[in-house]
Amino acid sequence: MRRRALRTEPLIFERNPHRAGRRGYNLPPMDVPEVDPSAVLPAALIREPDPHMPDVSEMEVIQHFHRLSQLNYAVDEGLYPLGSCTMKYNPRLNEEVARLSGFSAIHPLQPVKQIQGALRVMWELGEALKSITGMAGVTLQPAAGAHGELTGILMIRKALAARGENREVVLVPDSAHGTNPATASFAGFRSVEIPSGEHGTVDLGALDGLMDEQVAAVMLTVPNTLGVFEHRIVEIAELVHGRGGLIYLDGANLNSFAGRASPGLMGADAMHINLHKTFSTPHGGGGPGAGPVVVSEALVPYLPTPRVVRRDDRFELVWQDPDSIGPLRGFFGNFLILVRALAYIRSLGADGLREMSEVAVLYANLVRHRLKGTYHLKYDTPSLHEVVFDDSIQARHEVHNTDIAKRLLDYGFHPPTMSFPLIVHGALMIEPTESVAPDEVEAFCDAMIAIAREAETEPELVRSAPHETPVRRVDEVRAARNLKVRWTPEE
Amino acid sequence: MHPWIGAGHDDRRNILEELGLSSIDDLFASVPPQVRVAGLDLPGSSDEESVRRSFAEMASTNTTMNSLPSFLGAGVYRHVRPSVVDAVLSRAEFFTSYTPYQPEISQGTLQAIFEFQTLISRLAGMEVANASLYDGATALVEAVLFSHRTLRGKRNRVVVAETVHPLYRSVLATYVEATGIEVNVLAPGPDGRIDPAAARAALRDDSCCLAIQSPNFLGILEDLPGLAEAAREGGALACEVVAEAVSLGILAGGGSLGFDVVCGEAQSFGVAPGCGGPHLGFFACPEKHVRQMPGRLVGQTVDEDGQRAFCLTLSTREQHIRRAKATSNICTNQGLMALAATVWLELVGSTGLREMATSCLARSEELKRRITALAGPWRLAYPSSPTFNEFLLVGPGPSSELVDQLSAEGVLAGVPTAAWGGSWPDGILVAVTERTSASDIDAFVGALGRVG
Amino acid sequence: MTVPIELLYNRSHEWARVEGDTVVVGITHYAQDQLGEVVYVELPEVGTGVDAGDELGTLESVKAVSEFLSPAAGEVIEINERLEEEPNLVNDDPYGDGWLVKISGSTEGEDLLDAEGYQEFLEQESD
Repeated sequence: MRRRALRTEPLIFERNPHRAGRRGYNLPPMDVPEVDPSAVLPAALIREPDPHMPDVSEMEVIQHFHRLSQLNYAVDEGLYPLGSCTMKYNPRLNEEVARLSGFSAIHPLQPVKQIQGALRVMWELGEALKSITGMAGVTLQPAAGAHGELTGILMIRKALAARGENREVVLVPDSAHGTNPATASFAGFRSVEIPSGEHGTVDLGALDGLMDEQVAAVMLTVPNTLGVFEHRIVEIAELVHGRGGLIYLDGANLNSFAGRASPGLMGADAMHINLHKTFSTPHGGGGPGAGPVVVSEALVPYLPTPRVVRRDDRFELVWQDPDSIGPLRGFFGNFLILVRALAYIRSLGADGLREMSEVAVLYANLVRHRLKGTYHLKYDTPSLHEVVFDDSIQARHEVHNTDIAKRLLDYGFHPPTMSFPLIVHGALMIEPTESVAPDEVEAFCDAMIAIAREAETEPELVRSAPHETPVRRVDEVRAARNLKVRWTPEE
Repeated sequence: MHPWIGAGHDDRRNILEELGLSSIDDLFASVPPQVRVAGLDLPGSSDEESVRRSFAEMASTNTTMNSLPSFLGAGVYRHVRPSVVDAVLSRAEFFTSYTPYQPEISQGTLQAIFEFQTLISRLAGMEVANASLYDGATALVEAVLFSHRTLRGKRNRVVVAETVHPLYRSVLATYVEATGIEVNVLAPGPDGRIDPAAARAALRDDSCCLAIQSPNFLGILEDLPGLAEAAREGGALACEVVAEAVSLGILAGGGSLGFDVVCGEAQSFGVAPGCGGPHLGFFACPEKHVRQMPGRLVGQTVDEDGQRAFCLTLSTREQHIRRAKATSNICTNQGLMALAATVWLELVGSTGLREMATSCLARSEELKRRITALAGPWRLAYPSSPTFNEFLLVGPGPSSELVDQLSAEGVLAGVPTAAWGGSWPDGILVAVTERTSASDIDAFVGALGRVG
Repeated sequence: MTVPIELLYNRSHEWARVEGDTVVVGITHYAQDQLGEVVYVELPEVGTGVDAGDELGTLESVKAVSEFLSPAAGEVIEINERLEEEPNLVNDDPYGDGWLVKISGSTEGEDLLDAEGYQEFLEQESD
């Protein structure tokens, strides 16, 4: 198979530098009297024309972005096994319904009777998420997982204050994603690490020693970042609740147990859900996501405003509530993302969601089975929807996880998540998700095995990868040392 | 079997066999029995046709801004959305891909963000801009936190104009509650603008930030040079919040007027109103503060062969690395929305943006003129204050009721300020864009005549 | 690789060179190797008072940020301004041109290791 040439694409600012009067878009015609801005606006506020902002034709824009798109690898191309990211198929039906003008062309501040359909979507999604997680309340407002975490922690903070308590500490496992301690410290808590036990799960003895009346909450990821289910979660929750603390669950790994297990039964007080992970909304090259938070009865009073409420068959908005923590962003949430998630949930239904987690776990265990022995598995405990290997076998040949990742690009796959969790040095976190056919998972395993062999026989090939991508290994050190974050005319 | 799940019955059986298991349940043995559920209390799966039909029905019950002349604004604006924008956004290479952590196969996304950063920084009159934030409200929060950090946490007060969008201020209140930063709200004068002398007095010498929106919540243009000076004298950072980004087509960005931060909402740049989200926050500042800037950042570099390449940079400020010491809670940007804005700005072009802004201004001035000429109970709340494309209209009764009556007369007249009381009369915020035709204006004025 | 004989070390991999009333502070070869290529150094303001064990500043590489701690008590009297343009000096010459700050103070009474003690500590660390 011959490769075809890919031209490098200049920056848009490098086009039309001589201002050849090109036009990209025509506006509706002026059917009102013209106005001279300097006659109406304060002179000091008027902008000087900027000769370096682009003026290009429509086809130039189309070609520009078409060529740029060819430089990207995407979920639609092949396996994207980023652990904890759940890079599943983004159904086109979702895209179609989200683009209905009845959803896209409405304003959040229209009278509620004009947007009942939108409020219904949000209501139904909220109810579905409560049902899936066995929880009592929900907010759809947060724009991302980390945003949801902050929302949950702020509700916990307010609930404790309402009890007259002033707890200052949040406990976080050493395997946790960096957003967890960042959120805790942002909310005014001090975060303290709980060491993991020999199976990569929370060491109950350590937790017992750390859990006291100073601890407001324990933040856990279930299953944890190694894909291992915290099998003593009920005991953990009882211990924490017994000493007056609350349980925050990071729901990033919900894809592994939706339909099989209930966070409500685990004793969760708050859990964020990443719609762009478990519920198929697209990653968009880095957003927008959505991070709804489900809560236990204890936290319901503190949910953010505005809230969608149902009265008979009508929907209304509650904008003010003295117990609420208030809003975490403008308006209701990433509504057009919520539409997509509801379409997904309706399509899959109860049976489909259960299948989803089953196959996600099945595939991850297939990968574990095929790669075990070739790659080092630090924790032998059973894992669910993702598996964490490390590079220690390959490191004997001076090949590290970064090199393996870059070489995978040459095989036409996106690499797994790297160097996370921190408790596994040289980690490779693989999450295939349930979307692809088994052939794709097998092809990925074959590629990983081939690379492991290369690491032994031709390590330099792996260390100097990638060879087949639009650009070769990118100098990230130079990017940070010689910071250049925008185009400037001196180029 | 659902089409979105890749393994068929036989596939599953074969894999289980390979793993030496008899049932999928074996894989879930580590889930303790007390937390298991036998199934979900939800309807069963649905075919595509049924889902399509039910969503079309829900969508059809909404009154869109395309179905009646619409004058809604207050932070969400109805500008042109060229077909090219959605065509680009629908490319799977853009919308199904992840954050560009592997730069070698994400140059498309990275270069687009680099262009976005360049466009925003130039519009803002600043040296650097980040890869976007969630929305205008959280952008204000980030600006306040940024100011606090930049002054090394030694000043714990911020002065925020009351004419900054009340929703943005509520979000700020939620965030700072945990941080110990004190927010003082500064009322506008009788002209609906913030007086620089009042700002200077309010800042005292212990404030880290003066936050001003322009055009402000009432649509009025603030005295930005005077306010920048007030902040400078007070030793605080001056922060401009922009809610209507198209205003930057004709108005100077705060960076060229002495501000230290320009941030806000860029939904006007090709992002659908979408009932409030997803939208597009932006943030720009001088290069000397780049390490304090929140959010993602794309930098230019080279690859091994010396070819120009782009990558995420300064990630060490972000929370997945700095953990408890991160600069902010933001982990993501609004990637696809930033792409939409990039496509939109490059398509509309600098000439087009200027024309668009001028068109908005002309149409707004025309509507104001027609309203002023009407005999009767309707009047502009601030007839002498300069506006761009939005203004406050006062009528014969409570604003929410008037909006309802005007809807019944076939016009979506604007956003009532009833929910947001403040140092302004109760009225309707009326927004005008390049999409507001002469007949829309006639319809509006006609409707006013029939109500009250 | 052996560490310079004339320096003192703490267990967080900073070194101290005593020059009369001044203590020069930097990080060891081991530390810069662990960190990777340094892209940015955040140094304290001149005049800052510190106790032994306090955070003096941070060293940023592409993948991590690391605090460096003071091995001595005193006041910061000078910072290595070359590091703004040349952060790589920390990697290339950690005991010489890659010095970080100078403190007017003393290492007396602080629990620091000599070269041999630090060498042993390093060997234990890597076990």
